[in-house]
Amino acid sequence: MQVSLFITCFNDTLFPRTGQAMVQLLERLGHRVEFRREQTCCGQMHVNTGYQREAIPLVRRFVEIFRDAEVVVAPSASCVGLVRDMYGHIAELADDAALAREVAILQPRVLELTEFLTRLGVSDVGAYFPHRVTYHPTCHSLRVLRLDEAPVRLLRAVRGLDFVPLPDADQCCGFGGTFAVKNADTSMAMLGDKLRAVRETKAEVVVAADNSCLMQIGGALHRQRAGIAVMHLAEVLAQTEGGR
Amino acid sequence: MKPKSVLIELQPKFEKNAPAALADTQLRRNMGKATQTIRGKRAAVVGEMDDWEQLREAGRAIKERTLRHLDRYLLQLEESVQRAGGQVHWAADAEEANRIVTRIATSHGAREVIKIKSLTTDEIKLNAALAEAGITATETDLAELIIQLAGEHSSHILVPAIHKNRAEIRELFMRKLGIAELSDEPKALAGAARTYLRQKFLSVPVAVSGGNFAVAETGAVCVVESEGNGRMCLTLPQVLISVVGIEKVLPTWQDLEVFLQLLPRSSTGERMNPYTSIWTGVSAGDGPREFHLVLLDNGRTSVLADEIGRQTLNCIRCSACLNICPVYERTGGHAYGSVYPGPIGAILTPQLVGVENAASLPYASSLCGACYDVCPVKINIPEVLVHMRGKVVRQKQDAGGLRALLDPENAAMQTMARVFGSRALYERAQQLARAGQGPLVHDGHITALPGLLGGWTAMRDVQAAPQQTFREWWAQRKDEG
Repeated sequence: MQVSLFITCFNDTLFPRTGQAMVQLLERLGHRVEFRREQTCCGQMHVNTGYQREAIPLVRRFVEIFRDAEVVVAPSASCVGLVRDMYGHIAELADDAALAREVAILQPRVLELTEFLTRLGVSDVGAYFPHRVTYHPTCHSLRVLRLDEAPVRLLRAVRGLDFVPLPDADQCCGFGGTFAVKNADTSMAMLGDKLRAVRETKAEVVVAADNSCLMQIGGALHRQRAGIAVMHLAEVLAQTEGGR
Repeated sequence: MKPKSVLIELQPKFEKNAPAALADTQLRRNMGKATQTIRGKRAAVVGEMDDWEQLREAGRAIKERTLRHLDRYLLQLEESVQRAGGQVHWAADAEEANRIVTRIATSHGAREVIKIKSLTTDEIKLNAALAEAGITATETDLAELIIQLAGEHSSHILVPAIHKNRAEIRELFMRKLGIAELSDEPKALAGAARTYLRQKFLSVPVAVSGGNFAVAETGAVCVVESEGNGRMCLTLPQVLISVVGIEKVLPTWQDLEVFLQLLPRSSTGERMNPYTSIWTGVSAGDGPREFHLVLLDNGRTSVLADEIGRQTLNCIRCSACLNICPVYERTGGHAYGSVYPGPIGAILTPQLVGVENAASLPYASSLCGACYDVCPVKINIPEVLVHMRGKVVRQKQDAGGLRALLDPENAAMQTMARVFGSRALYERAQQLARAGQGPLVHDGHITALPGLLGGWTAMRDVQAAPQQTFREWWAQRKDEG
């Protein structure tokens, strides 16, 4: 299949390894991968902070770039969640019926990586990762995209991987975009409980489908010198034995 | 004019209130224990229902249909109540509702009224209004009584004293009720309250209640409760006054079937609440001789006018969203500065009082979505939160002038919208960020960010932007073929 990558501005700038891993993984599975360089940001920060008017051109831009793509795949449950859940609202706010129509046609073809793999019926991507791993289901992967157990099934199929479930996994880590800055104290109180659950698992690596939440969890683990790493799901699934 | 009565403090600032609550270890422990217990109970009794999703959908559909024709159902309700011997009063705002209740109580020479737990009368600050008229209102719900004796505000819409533990309540009762010996066993604490309240039930001639539902077709009003104090108030006094928000009307008797299943399972985590009282006007020789229904607007019609916001009026005040909310669980209710705390409060309060008076509340959420999943009438709380945030921003921008121009968040968002609008500007910004972060980076991480972003690094490090963006890597890969 011809997969058009939506890398997201956040991963493009701060976590390029995640995008690289996705390219590696998808090509290994036999797909042709393309990256449309005009892409920037889906507008999530603007929409969720209340700057919906400012996000209208970003929605237009996204539709223009990807309208003819066979499938758009992104390594972020929250960005995909925004496109599928909120783009209709923004088109309505813009009072642009043509845009609303184009959004509705494109939306079902914009998928998060796990969703894409699941729809293709892939359960074992042939990865090898000999580490003790726990998985944090991010809120938008859980309650907007409803990924359920799909990411965990992919992880459990990875050779050498010792999977350990995260206690109270469905609790928010406290990131919430600008919430982490505007309400930093409350965000940290939520994060504190998430870190305690992570430590209980004695995992070496915390995996998730969103680098934003991993930046929250990983940022505190680093500050505490906890000796626990965070990795995007795509990066774990891209690993193979001897790098083959 | 927007009613400000809902607010406990003027223009509450959640982010300023939260740190003190977060630092209160007793509060954190009480809240954590209480919310975890109650959401476990809810999950168990909801899990045993095969048709829960259909019930939720029915609840949402009935509420939406009713709100669409609210004018019609309210007039039908008025007619039905009058036909059954009750009197109906219309109150545009808190002041008018308080005036009506005070006038009725005064006309009976009452110096005292007894009350059933009612959020609506908290919303209009009825107790304070009655006190000004020289009338003492005594709360008869155990938790409301605790709050009243402590001189505090409720911190939860269903369990107002959720922030207090048994030991704290024991001390309060000993001090305020003049009890010398009292254990902190729940049975003993309830016994002390019962002894105190029994006398009130038997002697006070006027009772005030809210109402969970009002049936347009028959004029019946319904109150659900756990303790039996409500049943006492509804049957013993000679005069009953019920203050009910206009959104509480249901078209038909049969509609109760849906809500009497949704409400107890979502709120107290019970299959059925212990007491369900339903009365229709007055009956000779049985119960109150006079029944007054006060229908309250107090901002609700302006909520109804907002296409996205109006789903907020579906709310049946079950509090499942409070109990599941990771923010509420940690801060408790007082940080919201409103009679309505938690996720439902974060969307209802700004709509009732105007976003300019509660601008921080729509931001008191990580948008985790857990509230939407548990809502028995399917209010999409995250959607309304984002919608309300939009109103806050618009209001700030439309105020114009230097303040909007210099607002650092607004300025940053405008700049970033421009940057994201053009590939060239975006790529240039990536390069600038990489170059500009230099002095902040130590061993690949940033431990202190300036300005608005300082909140992040107060508690967490952040990985520095790597030397190559994804798009640069992609371009290089293509070049190398």
